[in-house]
Amino acid sequence: MSDERAALARLLLKQEVEEFLYGEAELLDTRRYEEWLDLLADDARYWMPMRRNVPHGELERENTREGADVNWFDEGKDTLARRVAQIRTGIHWAEEPPSRICHVVSNVQVLRASPPGPAPSEVAVRCRFLVYRNRVETETDVLVGKREDVLRRVNGSWKIARRMIVLDQNVLLAKNLTFFI
Amino acid sequence: MAITEPGGLKALVDVERGIVSREIFVNEEIYRQELERIFARAWLFIGHASQIPRPGDFVTSSMGEESVILCRDRAGRVRVFLNSCRHRGMKVCRYDEGNTVEFMCPYHGWTYGTDGALVGVPFGKDAYGAQLDRSQWGLIEVARMENYKGTIWATWDRSAPTFLEYIGGYKLYLDLLLDSWDGREGGTEVIGGNHKWLIPCNWKFPAENFSGDRYHGVSHRSVDMVGIGPSGKGRRDMQERNEARWLDVSFPELGHSMIAFLRKHDSPLAPAYQDTPIVAEYFRHCEEERKRRRGEYWRLFGGPGTMFPNASPLARQPRTLAVWHPRGPHQTEVWRWYLVDADAPVEVKDVLRHYYIRYSGPAGLTEQDDMENWNYAHKASRGTIARQYPYNYEMGLGRATRSFEDHGLTLPGTICDVTEANASESNQRGFYGRWRQFMGAESWAELNAP
Repeated sequence: MSDERAALARLLLKQEVEEFLYGEAELLDTRRYEEWLDLLADDARYWMPMRRNVPHGELERENTREGADVNWFDEGKDTLARRVAQIRTGIHWAEEPPSRICHVVSNVQVLRASPPGPAPSEVAVRCRFLVYRNRVETETDVLVGKREDVLRRVNGSWKIARRMIVLDQNVLLAKNLTFFI
Repeated sequence: MAITEPGGLKALVDVERGIVSREIFVNEEIYRQELERIFARAWLFIGHASQIPRPGDFVTSSMGEESVILCRDRAGRVRVFLNSCRHRGMKVCRYDEGNTVEFMCPYHGWTYGTDGALVGVPFGKDAYGAQLDRSQWGLIEVARMENYKGTIWATWDRSAPTFLEYIGGYKLYLDLLLDSWDGREGGTEVIGGNHKWLIPCNWKFPAENFSGDRYHGVSHRSVDMVGIGPSGKGRRDMQERNEARWLDVSFPELGHSMIAFLRKHDSPLAPAYQDTPIVAEYFRHCEEERKRRRGEYWRLFGGPGTMFPNASPLARQPRTLAVWHPRGPHQTEVWRWYLVDADAPVEVKDVLRHYYIRYSGPAGLTEQDDMENWNYAHKASRGTIARQYPYNYEMGLGRATRSFEDHGLTLPGTICDVTEANASESNQRGFYGRWRQFMGAESWAELNAP
């Protein structure tokens, strides 16, 4: 592949990944949660660590550990599907009446793609997120942070195989996390 | 009328009739007095010894509104200090946890050892000469500290009773949280990572909810429908509660309480954690051992409770300890610790950790709905009109006994059997009765008076 074709392939891949992430945000913001679940691989991992204040030289301890510590989220598709089912009961009071939620996704970077070449089957993507929630009358939360996803191509479509959500807060300022990030 | 004047508190909190004013949840002046009369006086939960295993280990925590440092000094002794420099008040530690040889204030550099002693003062000799008596300017240490089965508790009040006197007969119930599943004393540890989050309500909403509110089934119907329990149904395993006597256990003279279940003396062991064979087998084994070690007391199972004022054990599923830190009358900062048997197999700990966090905390499918209810109960109680109408706590008035007995087994506490009634507010009345005593008393001497 010439340099130019390789650059074009990278650009097209980035465009494809961005469109996927924006489409995902659209599903969440329009409350199409079952369709959102379909974007997750069956073995998907959804992990959101807590953030500690630690000395500069010990930043490896800043985040709680996946699979070992208490986290905000550390789960798979089964629990996520139960969250969706709970919202759909219509008596999940923390989301009844439903919140108004807006996902802003930006700073999208494709970190790696494998196998290399024009049609990778797995990509790692980093982005920034801003999730705005407003509910009932004046209750408002703004969550901002970084996200790192592993997307996997399954039967021609991208699926989220892994999501790490790094919220830039220590004490969580929201009373609950009833929404997906 | 000042609330501490004769009649003032009684008018606000009439537990004898089951009536409690909304003022105590939303009034700024009452809140300010709570900080002085309750949080500067009572035994408060600080953290767990398993968080600071080595000399020099520390975690920061909170007593009332104030930041404290829990650390193990270089000699291995557990200490609790106010996190504020004696010179100008700057926090000497702004990390959540770590290991250190000293705490240096980043403002002017006063430096303290892990035993709290003032060991470093910049320009000490030149600037202060012989004036500064360092022995008088160490970190402010709590008046009393207790390591009870790994849980660290402290009080600022030198005249407070000992910790064991403070918990009194509640020990039997607190131990349901802190002893190993198989009945050995102690042996629990916390999983790494504390949930810490803010909720917009007065600290007493969650404290009284945990004290004994069996009545809020409607809050959690959605999670019961969806099923997150460790045997695939509901929000927890219920077998041990079937065929059991449902007991609301309260110590009104101490303020502590717990929801408990007493199985029949000939009940079979209840299956639990059926989704995961290795965990199911672990608990089956533990229950057999518990039966062997504890005799008739094997029949006693704990649920949620509150140790006055703001520490809430949840003894079994999910096994946690919550502290409701006051952050102004309208806000609470929740800290949550998650407990497991220290020597449980790693697979068991992992299944429990997953279950604990899908149930509890801000992302917990169960507790999310609690936060919504406390939020808007508080908000709708702040108004001029709303405050004129008290809350109702009449449920089960006059039905509790101080001499509970079942097949020769006696249990301490004021116990309301709600097997038929489903619920009572006996525990909540005990909690607010003690709140009234704390708010009215000038000292521990008055609180201890019969």
